[in-house]
Amino acid sequence: MPSSPSLQDLASQVRRDIVRMVHGASSGHPGGSLGCTDFLVKLYFEEMHINPGQWSMDGRGEDLFFLSNGHISPVWYSVLSRRGYFDIAELATFRKLNSRLQGHPATEEGLPGIRVASGSLGQGLSVACGAAQAKKLNGETDRWVYTLHGDGELQEGQIWEAALYAAHHGIDNLISFVDYNGQQIDGAVDSVMSLGDLAAKWRAFGWIVLECHGHDFGELDQAFKTARGSAGQGKPVVVLMRTDMGRGVDFMEGTHKWHGVAPDDGQLENALGQLTSTLSDY
Amino acid sequence: MIDFISADQATLDGLTRKDTRSGFGQGLLEVGQANDKVVALCADLTGSLKMNAFQDAFPHRFKQAGIAEANMMGVAAGMTIGGLIPFTGTFANFSTGRVYDQIRQSVAYSGKNVKICASHCGLTLGEDGATHQILEDVGMMKMLPHMTVIHTCDYEQTRNATHAITAHEGPVYFRFGRPKVPIITDADTPFIIGKARRVMTGSDVTIVTNGHIVWNSILAARTLAAEGISVDLIDMHTIKPLDEAALIESVGRTNCVVSAEEHQRNGGLGESVAACLSRHMPTPQRYVAVDDQFGESGTPAQLLEKYGLGPDAIAAACREVIAVKQGLPA
Repeated sequence: MPSSPSLQDLASQVRRDIVRMVHGASSGHPGGSLGCTDFLVKLYFEEMHINPGQWSMDGRGEDLFFLSNGHISPVWYSVLSRRGYFDIAELATFRKLNSRLQGHPATEEGLPGIRVASGSLGQGLSVACGAAQAKKLNGETDRWVYTLHGDGELQEGQIWEAALYAAHHGIDNLISFVDYNGQQIDGAVDSVMSLGDLAAKWRAFGWIVLECHGHDFGELDQAFKTARGSAGQGKPVVVLMRTDMGRGVDFMEGTHKWHGVAPDDGQLENALGQLTSTLSDY
Repeated sequence: MIDFISADQATLDGLTRKDTRSGFGQGLLEVGQANDKVVALCADLTGSLKMNAFQDAFPHRFKQAGIAEANMMGVAAGMTIGGLIPFTGTFANFSTGRVYDQIRQSVAYSGKNVKICASHCGLTLGEDGATHQILEDVGMMKMLPHMTVIHTCDYEQTRNATHAITAHEGPVYFRFGRPKVPIITDADTPFIIGKARRVMTGSDVTIVTNGHIVWNSILAARTLAAEGISVDLIDMHTIKPLDEAALIESVGRTNCVVSAEEHQRNGGLGESVAACLSRHMPTPQRYVAVDDQFGESGTPAQLLEKYGLGPDAIAAACREVIAVKQGLPA
């Protein structure tokens, strides 16, 4: 892309979009959205082989991404629109009647970029396994399927069914990321339902496990390279990505209290004051 | 198709008996041969679902999912994104109740072209008992927007329906069963989704039925014919979308209806029939269905009799609803 903005500039603008969308809807999930902003900007602007201008459900010839923790839809919608899947003006319709930007991602209204509904947690890894196997059956050996999951989401049993399945079937064109922020609605993950030694669990399920810091573009870059470098080893890859919930807005950072709460007018002003407008607001 | 009223007992006894699940297994093999987009997943019940032939013929297009049905539904949804046509196979219980949210979000709401193939439905699963005898699955599935719901009555109809759902774009719940039942449909007659099949024409009472209960309804109609009662018998193999035109046409002539099904009365075919007729043509109706109970262990024949789904119960319901129609004390 000629004269494309930097990842940092994109991330700042996406964070502005997130807090404005959630404020505009008086509902939504800013915490996880802000925490995964850097990852999704990196994924969509530098890592995935995609064709946003010619969106197709089947995604033949493209890499695919599945957002399993669908409640962080604000960040996904912002990144999709900023990447060219749909007009950024549509972000203003988030969570409103007759919008394509449903509270949780859906295909029903035909929003480009979304291939399956998510929101009820734990289902995205299974769907990604199927999509990755379809890529193999269709002879698309050079394309990748990516997923993102909340760490709290890993409490869902279906995740571990899918983890077994992916390893058993040698689905090695699948790269999953865990938003490892240690927070969920009711509090710290360790207080709600501890995940224990998460890296050891994934290894025991037959996955290659990588770790990185989710707000360091250099570390993210290395994680993507290392993950794709493991192709052909017959194993899926999971990246445990350390993030801060609410990253970029000081009063939202590091606390589960902003998991699913919208800022009021004063809080919005405060948040936007911390985030430089780098492209243009919708 | 033979004339079931005039046929002698020896003719009925001579009908070939096969299980509907074997019709599915044969159908799956045939659609697999015709269409390389067809893939199959099974949750550790390959033999029970008769999916072995497909597995042997197309090992790379068969995916064993293990005893993990929730994941299987999601994997199937994902496969459709690449243009594949996945068929999931497990018992009806584990195809629905166990995985309702996965079907709701990843399949139905997402409009995915998944064929949910559900064997061992209802009481006729038999000796395994109520844990496995699901009688609520039609209700759960027909409530889901975008979902087509089909329940077949014999081997050939099940085989033909497998072809039809392959050609159909969209999610399908395909219900069939375990026991061997007489083959009463024509092998060469294509299955048309949403188009009811008339089994016999009559004038006194309409029986709307499907699945294994089609056969019991035929036996009931023979009993009633001996009493001078003429039955209009409709095999409503597609519960959703319901063939309302066929139902209204029949009831317009008979003015009363009996619904007969291997399912709870709540949520079943009879409820769909009542919903249609109450809007278009309010009509006296009697339900032959399981009455808000769980099943139990037993042989299929014993269970159908005990839970009121046998030929005698269907005939009694017909006599009763005719009396209501005629204004007589039922």
